[in-house]
Amino acid sequence: MASPLLEVHDVQKHFPIGGSLFGAKRALVKAVDGISFTIDTGETLGLVGESGCGKTTTSKLVLAAETPTAGRIEFEGRDVAQLKGPQRQDYRRKVQVVFQDPYSSLSPRMRVGDIIAEPVRAHERLSSADVRARVTELLELVGFRPDVARLFPHEFSGGQRQRLAIARALSTNARLVVLDEPVSALDVSIRAHIIALLESLQARLAVSYLFIAHDLAAVAHLSQRTAVMYLGKLVEVAESLELCARPLHPYTKALYAASLPSHPDEAREEIVLAGEVPSAIDPPRGCHFHPRCPFAMPRCLEQEPALVELSPGHRVACHLY
Amino acid sequence: MAPLLLVEDLRTYYVGFGGTRVVKAVDGVSFSVEAGETFGLVGESGCGKTTTCHAIVRLLAPSARIVSGRIELEGEDLVPKSQGEMRRIRGRRIATILQDPMASLDPLFSIYDQVAEPAYYHQGLRGRSLRVRVKQLLDAVRIPSPELRMKDYPHQMSGGMRQRIVGAIAQAGGPRIIIADEPTTNLDVTIQLQYLNLLKDLQRATGVALIFVTHNLGIVAKMCDRVGVMYAGKIVEMQSVRGLFYRPRHPYTRALLDSIPKLGVREALCGIPGQPPDLADLPRGCSFHPRCPRAVDRCLDEEPKSHALNGDGSVRCWLPIGEPAANG
Repeated sequence: MASPLLEVHDVQKHFPIGGSLFGAKRALVKAVDGISFTIDTGETLGLVGESGCGKTTTSKLVLAAETPTAGRIEFEGRDVAQLKGPQRQDYRRKVQVVFQDPYSSLSPRMRVGDIIAEPVRAHERLSSADVRARVTELLELVGFRPDVARLFPHEFSGGQRQRLAIARALSTNARLVVLDEPVSALDVSIRAHIIALLESLQARLAVSYLFIAHDLAAVAHLSQRTAVMYLGKLVEVAESLELCARPLHPYTKALYAASLPSHPDEAREEIVLAGEVPSAIDPPRGCHFHPRCPFAMPRCLEQEPALVELSPGHRVACHLY
Repeated sequence: MAPLLLVEDLRTYYVGFGGTRVVKAVDGVSFSVEAGETFGLVGESGCGKTTTCHAIVRLLAPSARIVSGRIELEGEDLVPKSQGEMRRIRGRRIATILQDPMASLDPLFSIYDQVAEPAYYHQGLRGRSLRVRVKQLLDAVRIPSPELRMKDYPHQMSGGMRQRIVGAIAQAGGPRIIIADEPTTNLDVTIQLQYLNLLKDLQRATGVALIFVTHNLGIVAKMCDRVGVMYAGKIVEMQSVRGLFYRPRHPYTRALLDSIPKLGVREALCGIPGQPPDLADLPRGCSFHPRCPRAVDRCLDEEPKSHALNGDGSVRCWLPIGEPAANG
């Protein structure tokens, strides 16, 4: 089997906080606390979890905007932390990002053509005619007429801006695009377009996505596999449809139970979790989820469960299994 | 019997640039809410749902005018009321819960002060009985150890807790109706479920009516009894929640339902082509016609009137789904 495009091995990211001039004890926020996953070429991995669980830190680690405290990220078989000079630049060319808010991720002072051309100019030596041709091609790829290149972002609606952001992310032939909540800020009728666009682009370009979202239905729709994150750790990873049908971890079950019904008579076992996500500064001992877990046992308070493979491709970190 | 709240042909326009630009945010909206019922107002951003709510409680921006229409609360028209009179109605008879709890709580006052205020002004409670009431209200929204937490300030609370405090404030004046404008948009899914269940429990306990403004059809399915779908300042379809989900009549409603992904089913999603229209420059005829797959010539010229559906509800369309081609 070919090695995956991206391999994340037991990566941690801890941020020190507090502390004073006189060396009072400093606390650590364990934003990402030992996670491992892989993404294959042309595959989408969904990453779901509530705010503060470490999704965004994970995306920054993959984008090499943060360096891991421990662990290793490999891209095309090479350790990202060891990449230097042109290799590092090549990594940045191949791994791109689309952010949640298309109002703040596009510069209001640049024309659309320049926004999309900027990464091309930074990474490739092309004549200006070739750059223009590339911009035209990209605009058509995301469904615009080429003459919008001279407009400014304020002339576009939210959904159109998000399409521009996707065109920019693909402008350098990226192999992996990190989608950080790309549809959360959009209206429902527009969301469906963006998801369909992302799907068709993947089919055409064999690009991989790391799709970060809290909308489980959208994640299940777009990703082949889904990883569920809680307080800096992965609690369950499985094929998306399998995860919808047979969630195993109590937290995953609660997340699915908390997603809203698609019609008024949908019978759903509701698992209402007590309390809120604890602080990542001082996470609970043992299993991080035990204070909110309806099935917590004495063992959960002491021993942290490992992520084990129960059936092919379905991994879960829980003492129940 | 008259409904608890009756909104009839309400028009609210934003007027700018010396009267040269008129944004018809709410353009002939009618609906009614019965005691103890939950009415949903659904639509995409910019369709006029929030302006409708603000017009009811008269918290409109200075540039907005209620041009015509009636808003009757228990048979009494609110439109001619002065702001002074409205102050005695807001909080006491109609309360609101807004989207962002950090913006609706004052960071400089303790939770106690903020929850006590409506009970102090509207119910005339003082001293010990006020304290007991605040404790009850915080208990009802499940704030742990309310005696201690009421001394805290908003920044000491999490997002979900803050929104529960806003719920307690809304209850404090003993209103008959609560307008909840996208109350869970900023909350995580597990916290959202907690909050929606809490609102239902409060409703069961006090018999308060709810107007739920949202763009999330899942929330509608879970919470509402009847639903109005808004598009470009008008209610294009109004039905019971089951009617809306199982037999949508307006093409816009159908399209909205088709654009939400369903859990565990991987079927093609159809969005709606085009963009919602500019409210200052609406298309002629039916505002939805440029995006409508069923549009016929008539839709381009003539605006459809709202007509009643047999059974319950109404639809504004020349060619509603499930009806033979309109005659004439």
